Amino acid sequence: MFMHLAQTAKPKIETANKPLLNLSRRGFVGAGTGLALAVTLGACSQNKPETLAQAAAPIPDNSNIDIGPLVLISIAADGRTQITNPRSEMGQQVITTVAQMIADELDVPWDDLFIKQAVGDKKYGDQNTDGSTSVRNHFDRFRMAGASMRQMLTQAAANEWGVDISECTSELGVITHSSGKTLTYGDVSEAAGKLDVPAEDTVTLKTRSQWRYIGKDKPSYTISDVIRGKGTFGIDVRVPDMLYAVIARPPALFGKVKSLDDTAALAVPGVTQVVKMKEPEGEAPGFQQLGGVAVIATDTWAAIQGREALKIEWDAGPHKNYNSKTYAQELMATARQPGENKFKRGDVTKALSSAETMISADYYAAHLSQSPMEPPAATAQWTGDNVEIWACTQNPQAAQSTVAQICGVPDENVTVHVTLLGGGFGRKSKPDFVVEAALLAREVGKPVKVTWTREDDIKHGYFHSVSAQHMKGGLDKDGNVTAVLHRTVFPSINSTFGPSDQGSDFELSLGATDNPWNVPNMAVEVGKANSHIRIGWLRSVANVYHVFANQSFAAELAHAAGKDPKAFLMDIIGPDRIIDFSKDGVTYPNYGASLDEHPVDTKRLKAVLDKAATMAKWGRDVPKGHGLGIAVHRSFLAYVATAIEVAVDADGNISFPGIWSAVDAGTVVSPDNTKSQIEGGTLFGISNALYGEITATNGAVDQSNFPDWRVMRMAEAPHVFETHIMESEAPPAGVGEPGTPPAAPALANAIFAATGQRLRAMPLLGQNDRLDMSKVGEG
Amino acid sequence: MAITLKINGKNENVTAAEGTPLLWVLRDHLGMTGTKFGCGVAQCGACTVHVDGTPIRSCITAHEDVEDSDIVTIEGASGKVADAIRGAWEELAVPQCGYCQAGQIMSATALLVTNKSPSDDDIDAAMSGNICRCATYVRIRKAIKEAAKAVY
Repeated sequence: MFMHLAQTAKPKIETANKPLLNLSRRGFVGAGTGLALAVTLGACSQNKPETLAQAAAPIPDNSNIDIGPLVLISIAADGRTQITNPRSEMGQQVITTVAQMIADELDVPWDDLFIKQAVGDKKYGDQNTDGSTSVRNHFDRFRMAGASMRQMLTQAAANEWGVDISECTSELGVITHSSGKTLTYGDVSEAAGKLDVPAEDTVTLKTRSQWRYIGKDKPSYTISDVIRGKGTFGIDVRVPDMLYAVIARPPALFGKVKSLDDTAALAVPGVTQVVKMKEPEGEAPGFQQLGGVAVIATDTWAAIQGREALKIEWDAGPHKNYNSKTYAQELMATARQPGENKFKRGDVTKALSSAETMISADYYAAHLSQSPMEPPAATAQWTGDNVEIWACTQNPQAAQSTVAQICGVPDENVTVHVTLLGGGFGRKSKPDFVVEAALLAREVGKPVKVTWTREDDIKHGYFHSVSAQHMKGGLDKDGNVTAVLHRTVFPSINSTFGPSDQGSDFELSLGATDNPWNVPNMAVEVGKANSHIRIGWLRSVANVYHVFANQSFAAELAHAAGKDPKAFLMDIIGPDRIIDFSKDGVTYPNYGASLDEHPVDTKRLKAVLDKAATMAKWGRDVPKGHGLGIAVHRSFLAYVATAIEVAVDADGNISFPGIWSAVDAGTVVSPDNTKSQIEGGTLFGISNALYGEITATNGAVDQSNFPDWRVMRMAEAPHVFETHIMESEAPPAGVGEPGTPPAAPALANAIFAATGQRLRAMPLLGQNDRLDMSKVGEG
Repeated sequence: MAITLKINGKNENVTAAEGTPLLWVLRDHLGMTGTKFGCGVAQCGACTVHVDGTPIRSCITAHEDVEDSDIVTIEGASGKVADAIRGAWEELAVPQCGYCQAGQIMSATALLVTNKSPSDDDIDAAMSGNICRCATYVRIRKAIKEAAKAVY
């Protein structure tokens, strides 16, 4: 859309026969089809149906329809079928997956499908692409939309023939009467659109054996574009007469501009204006802009150069005394003191004191940055009191309402177009960067694109929380676990939105109060912690640190008991059962899902653990310097076990001969893509575990770019990665995040197996490039 | 400063401030947004283009320094090696978000042009300047080997 808009004064469809992007590979072949995506997404989302009239048989534009399946599906007279995707594409192939769910029930040929990306609008239901929810929360809804539309089309054909619908069948876009006569979906689409949407209880969904696309690998919708440089990400947006902005933000949260000298900045060729940003209000940052000073220019480079030339004196603000090193010590001291109980089974204190063997361990995990490869970027254009926005947002409705609130206009005046996202990992759920673009475009009076540089992204993010944890475990004389205490302290995500001095029950349910161990005396406690930088969610959220601690501790207990870690884990999980955490005083949120549909099932947990161990050939002899580690966890309703083989050379360099993962995500819509997500989620977890550390001095983040914020690269990647998807007919679970939690503890356990060195602080390598071999053999 | 750059075989007239990196000339002046910004300091490889056949980081290359060179971007990458790379990328479903993949493909193409049968070490050396935060590395490594087999 955007390249096209930049090239011509008025948006129009490039050619009549390519108004929409076709899902088939065939549809991608030939010059300009990628551009067709861009053009079309823009044209449709701008609600200009007249431009579609150039097509011989335009697909009806349903932008103003807000009921039933017509919100998501429209069908042209020639059978081309448009699916409106309400979810944000950030690499999880959600466009393709949504199409699989809808098109299966609709029963149309894959090659007839075209995709329109939805703008942010409540009529599409939940659009917040977060929490690995796109399939697990919407599987039934998307299928029901397809099936309802299919029923309406069949009814329309029956009406035309004057027969009962029971005499008609439909398949691949064709409706057939028992007499043998046929009509296509396109023939009856207009008539079908006038029918009432059938009540859900009158619509029959397919049986599993009838599925045509669900559970099959379909080619990614975006791949053909991205390998040709054609996909439009947020940072790629171009509109006529736009200007480019970068912003100097206060080094510490809620800092303010004390004085500004912009003389040199304005002298930089290409710089057109310097704008003081509106300051954030209140005491919680929420999704507000951070304030600071923006430099507006005719290209991004000039804006960056202009920012370099700004002379700003900052009022450091209320968090100027935040030093993460001291803070970490305080967190750890808190973790060693009793906290508020959040899970109580038996009498842990008594059981620990009477244990034959008692061990304790302290774990630490630093702040992390999501750092998607595409940094945040957004473009805004005002027309009167209406603003049109293009952004790589995970949450277009939040972008819409936040912009409306801060700019003082009604929600309906704000149109948020969702581009492709160059990674999200939670960062792009927060629309602060969208607000910045809207504020600046209004101030400047022209369209403005705000680009975050990598330094901006790393210094001014919504950071994954730092944490300190203290664990104690008791063993009887046979090495059975009699008691476990898990105490955790971390500043809560809630602090970003209001007063908070303690981790929330929701965060505790991510890896702490959902502990499935069959131990007679268990307790989880939480301690106080205030936050001094913006805390946000990152792929798998609090599971990262909680599972690092308790799955490392399981291996430590196994070591103390003189048992094999995998066999010990099986034992500690205990017999097959459905766990009811309410007996332990926990109101378990279960990722927002029903416990009837998604019970916590130890049989499934043990099954993935067994499978990953089998894949890794657990128990085999490994070469000197190698070690196998394993961990298992249920998150986002999916069960994942990961076994890692590490090789540590004499210099302490770590490499990965192999990683094996078993996942039970219930019903899987897109198998190879699920494997891809598990691979990515696992390596994301390993990258964070080895290198991830954001620190702060005087409230300002110390790291700035990939040299000092290190992430995994090719040379550090495993040579073998195998993922097994467990056969299951259970309802779908998430797959984007569940690969991450077991990665860090499996890695720490593997390093222990290889070297005897037990690493309890993330990043595991500390400030070093390699393992400190002087500590090898220290438990 | 007005100069002419030869990009994907086509002469493009550009007027940008001296010192403006090629990356921003491509993206902001010419609307060729396939080449991506990832770090600005030659640490992530998202901005990789070919200059006279050699992969370079366009984020730290002043545009006037490549005035007399043949510049190839992801939009113009073609030929049997680039085709084989793209084919393998599709076959193995390499990309996730896809943002870094233009740079990955430019680096991988340059590798395969000079090395018909790259080892793991060769791939590590040629590709470690390209970060993929989705961590598609395992598939990239496999796809480079598949592409090598397909083209040679």
